[in-house]
Amino acid sequence: MTLLNRSTDPEKETLLLISGVGVNAGRIEIVKEVSFSAVAGEVLAIIGPSGSGKTTLMRAMTGESAYRGSIKLAGRQVRELDPGAQADLRGVLPQNSQISFPLNVTEVVSLGFLCHRPERVDRGPRVREALAKVGLNGFEGRIYQDLSGGEQQRVQLARVLVQVWDPVPMDGPAHWLFLDEPVSSLDIKHQYQIMQLARDYADSGGGVVTVMHDLNLTLAFADKVLVMKDGYGLAFGRREEVMTAELLSTAYDFPLKMTANENGEDPLVTPERFRSRP
Amino acid sequence: MNDAIARRRILAKPRSFISMGFKAGDREPLARAATLLLAAATLGVMVASLAIGPIAVPILDMLPKMSVALLSADRGIPEGISPRDWIVVMDIRLPRVLLGALVGAALAVSGAVMQGLFRNPLADPGIVGVSAGAGFGAALFIVLGGSVLSPVMTLLGIYALPLAAFAGGLMTTLLLYRIGTRRGVTSVATLLLAGIALGALTGAMTGLLVYVADDQQLRDLQFWGLGSLAGSNWNKLASAAPIILAMLVCVPFLARGLNALILGEAAAGHIGIRVQRLKNASILMVAGATGASVAVSGGIGFVGIVVPHLLRLTIGPDHRYLLPASAFLGAALLIAADTLARTIVAPAELPIGIITAFAGAPFFLWILLRKRGLMGFS
Repeated sequence: MTLLNRSTDPEKETLLLISGVGVNAGRIEIVKEVSFSAVAGEVLAIIGPSGSGKTTLMRAMTGESAYRGSIKLAGRQVRELDPGAQADLRGVLPQNSQISFPLNVTEVVSLGFLCHRPERVDRGPRVREALAKVGLNGFEGRIYQDLSGGEQQRVQLARVLVQVWDPVPMDGPAHWLFLDEPVSSLDIKHQYQIMQLARDYADSGGGVVTVMHDLNLTLAFADKVLVMKDGYGLAFGRREEVMTAELLSTAYDFPLKMTANENGEDPLVTPERFRSRP
Repeated sequence: MNDAIARRRILAKPRSFISMGFKAGDREPLARAATLLLAAATLGVMVASLAIGPIAVPILDMLPKMSVALLSADRGIPEGISPRDWIVVMDIRLPRVLLGALVGAALAVSGAVMQGLFRNPLADPGIVGVSAGAGFGAALFIVLGGSVLSPVMTLLGIYALPLAAFAGGLMTTLLLYRIGTRRGVTSVATLLLAGIALGALTGAMTGLLVYVADDQQLRDLQFWGLGSLAGSNWNKLASAAPIILAMLVCVPFLARGLNALILGEAAAGHIGIRVQRLKNASILMVAGATGASVAVSGGIGFVGIVVPHLLRLTIGPDHRYLLPASAFLGAALLIAADTLARTIVAPAELPIGIITAFAGAPFFLWILLRKRGLMGFS
């Protein structure tokens, strides 16, 4: 019956529309002019050198920073949504994962339920399921501060997941995950595991926007790519159009080349003048 | 069978099922039990404190008659109780015990809220200078209430002193927050340093007042320095109780937000908390409760640090339990300390601030040593 209420307007259901956005930090203009759009069901990666404005742009999209221009999530201007309404629409994984008091893992993950109405789900099993998804079975009672950086990051991701558990909820627009460098503190197995999780979330109809440093993970998991440079959107489009040696070399001011196996599969980005030792 | 029981409990208490599904990592049952236990302990300590003193009274016989007398507002001395015992308990010990309970609860809860707000276990109204600001507000009225400020005094009556202390505490807290917070990030180092500076400044201003005070005012002023519940009476209780009770009633509404704030200000916003509103409400409550406490009992230190910290070690940092448990433990500890203060050198009295400082300061150092390197204090 809830399906009847579903609007057919894609802008209200599945789109993130960014047009002419600029963001200041104090008096300094960090993001100057960026426009792009993302659609639920795809993974959008934001790449670019350090200081190009990726995280600042993310802060504007998640309602933390004031911005010029327009950021529309599910058809609504982000600056007009109160924190509760935003929390209903999207979860955010921040770069910094320090917490101030010794909560245990269950308590941290349960904070993801904070904006939920109490009757919605059986929370205990949901917490355990989320921990299983990020590969942390049996960590329920562990004190957060005692965990390694990578484990803390995965606990935070589990918290974000319980906040927006269903990629496409029964009674509303698609959910979004905003991830700020979700895998930079993880080992290679967990990098792939977490990116696969984001990939699955998108494949189930949710939206994923992620800031990435690792170009090869971007090649492996992103559908669309936004390349930032000096506060501008340098390029935006499908991964295979944007991720070219030429464009990436320009973006990072560093000669890069793309290699692939003999069938043209599994492309890799590596520095142009780099030889591994024999 | 077990399922049926679980289902029935869910139906009976829809909000408590949060805890039902967890096996590991669930500290809620412990926290709930500890809070109830502390509530009972507080009552016990209150009754014990009524009984203890230079004059022995049959407190258990008196309790039923006391509750009748309090509820009916009948000021006569009931039959079967010696008038001396009745007066000792009703006019001397009971207001003092109740004031001790309110002040202890206010100090401990203020500490817990401030630590949650500043995201640091060492934040406390006494340490960051809020108590000093409140003390200055109170001193202003003690010294100038009869002269320059007498119109305000007539207007506000017994509430003038607590309100002045409240204003002093509020102004210091707001200043601290403005100084310590840049771009939404509160630097605890800046905060503590600013607290020391503001404490020194308000201390100097209080010193100026001491300089112009007469002998009677000096005696009154002296007790801010040390903190004491001596001289408690029903009037003092009536002047502080409304502000402190209002704070204790409202503070549970901060619990959810303070829990979210453990993740940091940005993440608290991400999960749906209006962070600025939470900060404003917290500051108002801390300033109010601290101001009212300082107005009636002076500077009683360390309750606000020791109590929440002890509780976090046992029941965890969940503010839904930490705040009420702090109120109870703070009340019980302060009444116990006060009972000690008025019996240890009887018939004379020690200021209670001396006792809490003797117990609390080493504890504070112990926290510092224990936590050094474990959680950054930057």
